Order: sequence, then structure tokens, then C-alpha cells
Amino acid sequence: MSRQPQRTPVRTGETVVEVKSKFEAEYRRIALKRNGPGGFQEFYRLLQTIHHIHGLDVLLGYADIHGDLLPINNDDNFHKAISSANPLLRIIITKKDGPGDVMKWPVRWRRPVLPLIPTGDEPEVFHTNSLQRRKKGLGLTGLRSTGSALAHSKHQSGLLIGPPRDFRQISSIIDVDILPETHRRVRLHKHGTHKPLGFYIRDGVSVRVTPQGVEKVPGVFISRLVRGGLAESTGLLALNDEILEVNGIDVAGKSLDQVTDMMVANSHNLIVTVKPANQRNNVVLRGSKTSVGNSGSVGSVGSTGSALSHDSPSPASQSNPITASSIAEGDSDDEDDDGDLILENDCLVPYNPHPGPHRTQGSGESPCSDPHTSAGARPLPQSISLPSSISATLNHLGTPSHASRGSQENMKEDGNIITL
Amino acid sequence: MMKFRFRRQGTDPQREKIKQELFAFNKTVEHGFPHQPSALAFDPKLQLMAIGTKSGAIKIYGAPGVEFTGLHRDTTAVTQILFLPGQGRLLSLLDDNTIHLWELVTGPSREAGGAKKEGVVSFQEVNEYCLPGRPGIESCSATRVTVLLLLKSCDLLCLGTEGGGVYFLELPRLWLQESRTLLQDQVTQSLPDDYRCGKSLGPVESLQEHPQQPGKILIGYSRGLVVLWDLSTRHAEQMFLGKQQLESLVWERSGNLFVSSHNDGGYSVWAVASGNTYNHQPVSSTIPYGPFPCKAINKILWRTTQTGSPVLLYSGGMPRASYGDRHCLTIQQDKEHVTLDFTSRVIDFFTVHSVEQEKEFDEPSALVVLLEEELVVIDLQTPGWPTLPTPYLAPLHSSAITCSCHISSVPPKLWERLVNAGKAQQGRHQTHRSWPICGGKNVAPPAKQQELLLTGHEDGTVRFWDASGVALTPLYKLGTANVFHTDCDPGDDPHDTSNDPDMQQEEEWPPFRKVGCFDPYSDDPRLGIQKISLCKYSNKLLVAGTAGQVIVLGLNDERSDHSVDVSVVDLLQDREGFTWKGHDRLEPRLKTAPFPPGFQPQVLVQCLPPASVTAVALHAEWNLISFGTSHGFGLFDYHRRNAVLARCTLHPNDSLAMEGPLSRVKSLKKSLRQSFRRIRKSRVSGKKRPIATPTSKVQEANAALAEQDEVAPIQRRIEPRSADDSLSGVVRCLCFADTFLRDGTHHGPTLWAGTNSGSVYAYALEVPGVGSGRVCERGGASESSTSVEALLGKEIQLMHRAPVVSICVLDGRGKPLPDPYEASQDLSIAPDMTNAHSVLIASEEQLKVFSLPKVSAKTKFKLTAHEGCRVRKVALVLFSSTAQEDYSEHTLVCLTNLGDMHLFNVPALRPQVRYDCIRKEDISGIASCVFTKNGQGFYLISPSEYERFSLSAKVVTEPLCTVQLDRSLDTTFASDGTTTQPQANGTHKNQAEGQTSEPPSSLSSPILDSPLDSPLSCADLTLDSTGELTVEDVRDFLTTVDEAENNLKNMKEEEGRSTGILIN
Repeated sequence: MSRQPQRTPVRTGETVVEVKSKFEAEYRRIALKRNGPGGFQEFYRLLQTIHHIHGLDVLLGYADIHGDLLPINNDDNFHKAISSANPLLRIIITKKDGPGDVMKWPVRWRRPVLPLIPTGDEPEVFHTNSLQRRKKGLGLTGLRSTGSALAHSKHQSGLLIGPPRDFRQISSIIDVDILPETHRRVRLHKHGTHKPLGFYIRDGVSVRVTPQGVEKVPGVFISRLVRGGLAESTGLLALNDEILEVNGIDVAGKSLDQVTDMMVANSHNLIVTVKPANQRNNVVLRGSKTSVGNSGSVGSVGSTGSALSHDSPSPASQSNPITASSIAEGDSDDEDDDGDLILENDCLVPYNPHPGPHRTQGSGESPCSDPHTSAGARPLPQSISLPSSISATLNHLGTPSHASRGSQENMKEDGNIITL
Repeated sequence: MMKFRFRRQGTDPQREKIKQELFAFNKTVEHGFPHQPSALAFDPKLQLMAIGTKSGAIKIYGAPGVEFTGLHRDTTAVTQILFLPGQGRLLSLLDDNTIHLWELVTGPSREAGGAKKEGVVSFQEVNEYCLPGRPGIESCSATRVTVLLLLKSCDLLCLGTEGGGVYFLELPRLWLQESRTLLQDQVTQSLPDDYRCGKSLGPVESLQEHPQQPGKILIGYSRGLVVLWDLSTRHAEQMFLGKQQLESLVWERSGNLFVSSHNDGGYSVWAVASGNTYNHQPVSSTIPYGPFPCKAINKILWRTTQTGSPVLLYSGGMPRASYGDRHCLTIQQDKEHVTLDFTSRVIDFFTVHSVEQEKEFDEPSALVVLLEEELVVIDLQTPGWPTLPTPYLAPLHSSAITCSCHISSVPPKLWERLVNAGKAQQGRHQTHRSWPICGGKNVAPPAKQQELLLTGHEDGTVRFWDASGVALTPLYKLGTANVFHTDCDPGDDPHDTSNDPDMQQEEEWPPFRKVGCFDPYSDDPRLGIQKISLCKYSNKLLVAGTAGQVIVLGLNDERSDHSVDVSVVDLLQDREGFTWKGHDRLEPRLKTAPFPPGFQPQVLVQCLPPASVTAVALHAEWNLISFGTSHGFGLFDYHRRNAVLARCTLHPNDSLAMEGPLSRVKSLKKSLRQSFRRIRKSRVSGKKRPIATPTSKVQEANAALAEQDEVAPIQRRIEPRSADDSLSGVVRCLCFADTFLRDGTHHGPTLWAGTNSGSVYAYALEVPGVGSGRVCERGGASESSTSVEALLGKEIQLMHRAPVVSICVLDGRGKPLPDPYEASQDLSIAPDMTNAHSVLIASEEQLKVFSLPKVSAKTKFKLTAHEGCRVRKVALVLFSSTAQEDYSEHTLVCLTNLGDMHLFNVPALRPQVRYDCIRKEDISGIASCVFTKNGQGFYLISPSEYERFSLSAKVVTEPLCTVQLDRSLDTTFASDGTTTQPQANGTHKNQAEGQTSEPPSSLSSPILDSPLDSPLSCADLTLDSTGELTVEDVRDFLTTVDEAENNLKNMKEEEGRSTGILIN
């Protein structure tokens, strides 16, 4: 295990993993050998040392390439973290049972509506501090915690959290509690799959019951499902379902082409409110909030910040089902701030005060890899905490390798962004 | 949340007031030639000309700038129009057999709108009449009106009908005078038996009033009979028993003769000698283009002159076999004989001649011919009958318009040189006699600045139009075909064949002369112009075309013989596995060639593969051009004649772009699909037939299925855009900017390119001599500074992958950077280079402002996600306030695929107003839209007409004219006013406010720092400073300070900040 003193210029390459650890508001940067990083305990102590938090009981977490915050609490997941660093490994250190320790898991760690049972082969429950799912724009709801956040969670403590792959955000029915029973709000997620959304829409005539009697109005309907597509395979949408809203915007009065464009524009985070053609499978809501997918919390899906941020639109959307536009807003606002992939060229450093061969690093800081705002795309400023040579290096993270990668890979990476 | 914000904004009364002072939508005037004209009339007293169209519009033209438009309620073709001379009234006959009376009336026709104008003249319909069908067995077609005649007294209108009857209407009330009706039976009775022979006389073909004796009219029936009818005594004074089917009649001025034209291509002169009632033989009968069968002479005019023999003008009559397809009009006087050979059908024609009763001769001065695609005026007073250039009604589409470009506030020097170049171009066969149609008076103030509209055409020409006023006048025509070898004769200068008399006057019979400039046939479609860019300060012009040709031209007042430098830029850069199956590149002419005064080509760059150029940018100060195709983009230094950069933008999976426009794969797919449809259709129709043969149930079911499939409504696939969508590499926009790409302290030349798949490439350029201070700073790095260099700085992949429509860099104040030379020559306010710049990227789906040099999103508006419409065109426009002289705002104007205009302020991107503008079905209209820099715009409403519109409350260009009427009520009222203009082909929209046309002040009036409530000044400045700092960074600076809720709090602040600015 090669420990490097704090704030040493980091030389990167295949053999070294750059580690950026964060405790509260402080950052430290270190490098670890990729092939022999040592064990978890060693790493734990190292972090305690460099953060000067000896004796403090802390939890370690890291951001995986999908932007999920995953725990590090044994050698296995530590090695996993090291090996998946691309190239930067972001460590988030949180105090155990600290006063500000509000347990918030990203919504997508919620147990989904669709049966996806955590295998629970890891007995420990990872606690983490406020993980900002800014990119995702997902509401962070107090769930699944053993600590002080227990209050938020209705029932379970010590719930087993499975390996991360089981907890990808997936397509689901949302807002069950705030919608009329006859309607269904569906969120389609392409995360990790290469499935197409896989549905077609058409014009049609919808029959509405009004006080004046039955009225026929033009509507937009699902006309076809592609076999194996997301819509078909999740079973969330069905043939002849009437589309009422797209990401919170009423489609009444809009042409088929307009609705198509709206859906395509929102396709990275498509939330469709439908009136199912088959009304027999409707979710029945009888106060059993705990039952299906914690629907109560689901309403805050659109929230952009943490559960504590009161200006997030989630309360509004809960209180007023119609203003689901907040969903669109919240999500999209944050999402593609970082969603746009920005590659910088290291050739462009002619004015660097420290000229010299700048080895560039792989663009692990592509936005998707960082749960923290848009830091991924933005190189660090020349801050006092870092020698400028480092910052210069960091400034130009990753162009060549990125550029040299085929666009196929770019696309793949972008796909990740889309699903974030 | 969005709603809430909108509401809050909407209720700010002060902002609302400012908006009203800035924005107002009007469709102001239609430029160009009316689409599908169908009728022509002339008022010799008022000197006004009227044109009716197939869409039911009537347009009145007088002196340049005098225009009125009226639109019938129904879009029925106007078949005939007549002026009531001197009265400012007009009668129109529509295809649905209704007669309408129109008036130029004073008084506001509209109550709406704040400013009430005194004495507005508008053109309005005041009366309508439909001839009732005759009771009895005859169908209504019998009373279908074929011809109209207005008596000189203007109180009686004669209607000739299909059934042969002549009816009389009292004017202006349009009352039928039943007692006067002349049915064909009455005429037939008095005919000699041998002529009658039991047949009908046919419809009335012509009605003409006796020129000297009021109350006598000549009635010509289709079968050939002509009757001189006395209205007062109601009897036929004379009968002319013509044997040949009649087409038209015309009186000689004295009334002693009349001429009839016939179906067989001949005309006859008849003497009207009193005495004998029956005339069997004409005085003379001629078939001018005989002896072989000829086509009919549709209309004939006979005009007497003082100097000698009369001038005879007639349309048609061509030998059927050899020239039956020509559109001709013959002018004949003595030995002089010219057959004007037009490229489109002759609709109607008239002569401008003296109409005073006391004059003895007609003395025609001009012939005005309305063709289907243009208006041609012939000067009849100048020997050789040259054509007269038209000051309006220019056929914009003489070759199909492929692109357009607007230049506002053209420097006077350039204007003068262009005008001179244009004058030098006018052929010997044009005269400079004054325009004969000069009624009315244009009272609009002369334009304070000159505006140019440039149109690129399919035949490789670029036309320069004076767009300063209401009349769009041709200034200069530039041909680019002479840069290349084309199929036509190399010795022939394709530049101005139409003006070359030697080429046209062939020694042949008939003596054809090609007239007019409408030429829909392109020698080589590859010559077509796709993009134009003009630097008005350096007089550099950049045009790019269909075969990847990019030409840099400079303005020269002298004729010059030189060769053009040719460079080839390979945009594929050895990308493998691609083959271009489209057209070849054009073959450049390598020898020296003569170039006439005007814009002369200097450098030709040819892209490989020779795909159509999709974007260009010109920076004359840096001597750089950039061009993009479906394969990539290039940067070329036209001063040093070397290619600086070529970048391929193709996605590896994109095979379609490689195939070129004539893709075999595509067409095969298409044809397969079509053939399947055909099969399916035939099945369906088979099923619909009454079942004659017993069909199996399976077949029936199949047919039913097929039918169901057929009637199934259109469906749309919902799928995110992916990188390998076809044509993802098409370069959609290019832009040069002097901005901060490397870091926040050094600015320099940059090039930006956006593609169809949402990629943006930003290059930092090293231009020798530009930013030299920086070069010094860099010390020894300047050894390579003899040539321009480009370094890729950033690549932005928009996540939604929608095509990038436009890229624009905003300065530290959030205003667009000035054009090249504007800042360096103190023609505009220097851009703010002290604060951080930002870049506005408009994609089809959203508008987004990113900070520079660290590209991070600052503000955005997701148009498609919210409105379901897609961005088609955007422009940054400076709107000036009507109330405050020096107040103006930069606004982003955005035209969507639904044809509506959305206006956003920059850089906050808050929606301001929205106007419906173009019908969403009018795809070519939307595609052709160009904006001016001061809030006006143009779009094509037909292949030949631009609609001009104004989004600005201040800058409006619309007709303001007076007409002297001798109507009994107000004999000499002169009023200024605007026309109300229903759109002839476009949608009806809210119409012209009575605004005086005030061209905008100079380039940019000093924009004071916006008031507090202005969206321009709002929080964005603070944004600028924080935009580049991430939350982490802030904390790095402030370690150990207020750490309590560090993360959360900062996050929250960030959220709050961004939501405060973001709209969606």
C-alpha cells in the first residue's frame, strides 16, 4: 500500500487511483495503488489521519460510476470501489449518529413497486449523510434507516440492503396517493438497459363523463407496444391507454406531433400520466402507505433537493396533484445541467503559468460519476488547498483518453447520464 | 411552479407596459409577385393597376410604394376585374359567378388599436351581386357570366353570359335592370335564315362599347356573330356575320372599324359603315402565322398612332405544330413585327395610352403584360420596343429561391456601389423611361437606412433586393455559374444571357424575342445557392452551394479578368468505409475569365464529399471562412489561401449521410413501401366492389384487415434521439466569436460549430495579428504565427441530442457580440470583455445559456418539453421602445415548427410574448423565414412572394399612401393611411396598427443599463460570478466557516438560486 502524503501532486496512470475524500466540507486528495490498495481498516485509518478525525466513528461511502452512493465497510467493497474508480474515487465520510445525520437514501434505493427483491447478502446497513441526488433530481425521502431517521421510516429497521445492482432506479408507478384511482402515473427508466422505450402513440377519441352528459374529446392513445421494449416489459403501459399528461403537462389541445415532441424531449426521464384502458388493475389505496412502494414518499419524486429543502416542489406536488409540472421542472432542471457532456481539451493551456507536459487523466469526472452537483464537469479552481500544479492537472482532466475513445463509448457513457 | 412564476411575471404592470412598447406583431406587406394571378385591370385616370389572384386576393399598385390589398371572403379565383375609372372603385367577378364592388374608402375600417388614424384609406368590399339563374329548364350555367363591360358613363354594367344573354346592372347599387336584358332569342330572330341554321350563337365572348357613340355596344358571340346593339332603342343596328369562332373584339378609336380575333389564329377587320344591316365579309382577314393550323388569338388590341399605321397587339396565334407550346404576344406596326416569347402563360395585357376623348389617336406609350409568373412592361415609344424594368412585382422566383439573407443598415458606400453594379448589368434592351403606372402617392417617409435582402437561387445566382421600403426592388444580380464549367456553351456567359440581345434575336419566323426573367429551369442543380453571408463593412461576400462549393467574393467596380483560386477540403479526413454516392463536385474553370463589375469571385473552396453546404460563417476581420456540410466542417483562411481545419462530424453508424441525396437505399426502401401500399390498396378496392366472384373467408378477412390498417390513424414512435440517427453529423450552425474559451482572462478568436445530433465543438483560433499582445505574453510561442491555427477547446454534447439550431456568444452584459469590424471601427458599442461571457446554444428542443470559459449551464428554457413545439429559427434581435427613445432590449426571437413566434429575453431566457405567425402546415414558409436585426422578418407565402412582418412596436415597414379620387363625395381628399391587409395566401392575423414607419436608429442605440425591473439586469450578473464555482469550490475557499449544515445549506442555496433564474 503506497500512501502518499496529503496534497502531493497526483500522478495518475493505470496504476494509481486518485481518491478524493470529503468529510463535512473538507476535501482531501490522495492516491492509491490500483493493484494493491490494502485493506479496509488500513484505508479507514488513513482517512481518519488525513482528515484529522482520529477517534471519530465514521462511515465511508463512495460514488460509483452511476452516481450512486455505496458503502465501504469491508475489504470487498473497498476493493470494488478501487477497481471501479474511473479514475477518480470519491469518498464521502460521515459521522456515525452525528447530530446532522439525517438519513436519506436516494429514492431509487427505495424498494420499487415492481418486485425486485434485494438479495440482502450483506448484513450491514449503510448509513450516510445527506447524499445530494442533485443530478437525478430525485427526492430524497427519509426511508430505510436505522439511525435518527427512524422517525421517517414507518416500519422497518435493519432492512437488508442488497448489492447495488439490485437498486437501480427502475420504471415504476408513482404518485399513487395523489392521483385519482382511475389514473396512473408511470415513470419509465432506461437505466442500464438497452431496451427502447418501445411504444407508439396515436390520435383518438376519448369519452368523458361531464355533468352535461357524455362528451367526446380528442385524445392521444398508446397505439402499439414494441415487444421487449420498456413499456411492454414493465407492463406499466398498455395498448389504448389514454395519455393525459407528459411530465406534468396536460396534453389536452395538443396535436399528436406536439405530444410526440414533448415525449421525446422528456425521454430521458419520461413521466406519463395515463388513463389505463383496463381499469381493473388499478392500485387501490386504503391507507396502507407501507404496502406498495411507499407511495407516500413517492409523491416527492420531483423534488430536486433533499427532503429538508422546503422550496423543493415536492410538497406542492403532493398537495396538488395537478401541479405535477414540478416533476418535470425539478427533474430536468438539475438533470441536464450536468447531463450535457462537456469535454475540455488539454491542448488549450498555452497560458498556464507552469508550462510543462501535462499528463491528462481519463475523464472519470464525466458528470455521471459524481453525485455532487456538477463538479464532475467542472475542474477545480486554483484553490488555496491545492498546489496549482495539481489544479492545472485537474483542470484538464481527461480529454485525450475521452476523445480517443470511440464515440460508441461516449454514447454509452451518455446513456448512463440519461439514466441518472 | 412554472405557472406560479409566469403569473408573477404577468402581473408586473410595469413590465407589461414595457413589453407593449417593445413588441407588437403585424404582417405589414407582401413583397414579390402574386402567386397565381388570374385577372388584370388598369385605371387610366388614377393610373392604378389591379391584379386578381386565384386565391381571391386583389392587389392594387400605383407608383412605387403605393399598394392596396383586398381579399374576398371566399378563396375563389378572381376571373375578371374592372376599375370604375377615377372613382377608386373596382368590380370583380369571381369564379363562383358573384360580382363584388370594392372601394378605396376613407375612415378607419378598424376600431381596435390605440392610435386612431385620421382619414385612413383602405380597400374594402362594399357590395356583392350574384346573377340569378333563369327560371325554367336552363341550368345556372346559362347565366354564368363570361364577360363584363362597364359603360363610360360608369352607371351601367353589362354582363355577357354563357347562355348568350346580356344583362345590365345599375351601378353602384348593382341592381339588375330586367327590362334591358337582351336574350339570345331576340338576336336570333333578326338573323338571316341561312346564317341561323338552327344553331345557338354560343356564349357571349366579348362586349365592347362604341368609342364615340355612347349607348351602343358591340356584342360578340362565340359562333362568330357580332352585333352592334343600341341600348336606348333596344335594337340591333348592325350585324356582322362572322363564320369563324370568335375570341375577342376591339374597337378602333374612331369607331369606324373594329377588329375581331378568332379561334383559328386569325383576325379580321370589319368596317362599321352605316346603311346595310348585314355585313357578311370583313374588310380584311389575316392569319399572321399561317398557313399551317394556328392556335387561337385570345385577345387583340388595335391602337392608333399619329405617326403612321396602327399598332396591333395580340396574344397567341402561334403555329400549332411548331410553336404551339410557346406563350407569345405579338406587337406589329407596319413592317415591324416582334413576337415576345414569354416563359409563362399570358394572363392578360393592356396598353397605357391617352384616353382623353378629344385626342384623335391612342398613342400607346407602354404595354403591360401580366404573365402567370411575372409582369412585363414594354416601352412602345422607344424604337425596338425595349422592356421597362419593374420597380415592384419582381419575380423573386425567376429561379427557385433556395435561401435568403437580410442585411440591415447597409453603409451608403456599399449601397452606391451595388446600385452602380446593377445599373451596369441592365441590358441594352431595357429603357429608363419613367414607370407608366404612377397613380397614388407614397407618403411614407424615406427610409432612414438601407436594407438589403439577398436571395440565393437554384441556378446559382444571388439577387440583391432593396428591402428598405414597401416595394422590393431589384438592385443587382450576381451569377456564380461562371466560376465553373457547366453544360452550356463555355463561350456563353451564363451570367446574363437573358440580357444579351444578340443571343435572342434569331433570324427566324416568327421573330421571337425572349422577354422576362422567369426561368424555372436550372442548367445544373448543383449550382444552387444554399448559404449566403455578407460582411457589409469589408464588402466580402460568402456564398455556398449544393455541390459543396464555397465562394469568397469581393466587390470591384471595374471589370476584371482573373482566375479564381481553387482549394479542395476533404471533410472526411480519411474516415474509412464511406463512399459518396451523390453528385460529383462542380468542375472549376481554371483559366482566367472576365468578371463584370460587382462582386467578383476570389477564392473557391470545394468540400469533399461534395455534399450541400449546410452552414457558413464569415469573419472578414480575421480573413476566415467556415463552412459545414453533412459530413463535417472546415475552416479556411482566404487571405493566405490555406485550409486551417477540417473536422469530420460523422457518426460511425451514419451511413445515410454518406450516400448523398440520391441514396439508393432510401429510395429502394421507399419504393418497396409504396408498392406494398399499392398492393394493399388494390385489395381494398377489390373488396369494395360488389362481390362478383365468391371469395374465400380468409381473403375477406385479409382485405378487412388491410382496410383497417389503411384507416388506422397515424402513429408516432416515442424514442429518445440516439447518436446514430441518420444525418447526425450535419453541421447546422457555425459562428465566430472573440471570447473566453481558454480561461477567464484571455479572450481570443474562437469558432463554434453545432451539429444535428446536439454536439457543439468550440475551437480556439490563433490568428496572426489578432490579439498580438497575448502572443507577446506567451513569449516564444509565436514562431508559428504566420498561419492561422485552430485548437479544439471544448466539445459539448447536449444530452437531449436535438439538432443545434444556433450558437451565439454573449458578452459580459449579456448582449450579443458585435459583427466583425463593428467594434474595431467604432460602429457599435464595444463588447464588454471585463465580465464573463456566455454562450447561447439553441437546439431544436431547448434554449440554453452556458457560462464561459467553463461551460456550465446558467439558464435554459425547455421549449419542447413544455410546449411540444420545436425550434426552427432563432435570431437575436434588438427591440427599441416606442416610448423611450434610448431604451432597447436584446431579445431572442424563436420561430417554432408550429409557426408561432416566441420571444425570450436574454440571457435570462424568460418568455416575453408569443404570436401566431405562419400556418404550421406551411413548412416552406417556416423554413424560409429570416429575421432582421431590428425586429422585422420575411417568409415566403408562395414561391414568389415574401410576407414581411414586424415583431417590433417601433420598426414597421408598411404602405402609407394617398390617392387622388374624383368621386362625387370627397373630390380631392388626400389622406394618408395604411391598408388593411388580409393575407392573400397566408393566415389572417391581426392587422396593421396605424404606426408610422420608423426605421431603427443606428446600429445599436446606446443601451443604458437596464432599469431594475428589466430582465436584462436581473440576477444574472451575480450568476456570472457564481456560475463557475461549484458548491465544492466555494467551500474550499471558506474552510471551517459555518460548517453546521454545510452541505445541505449550500445545496439549498444553489437550488434556490437556480430555480430563481430557470424558468422551467
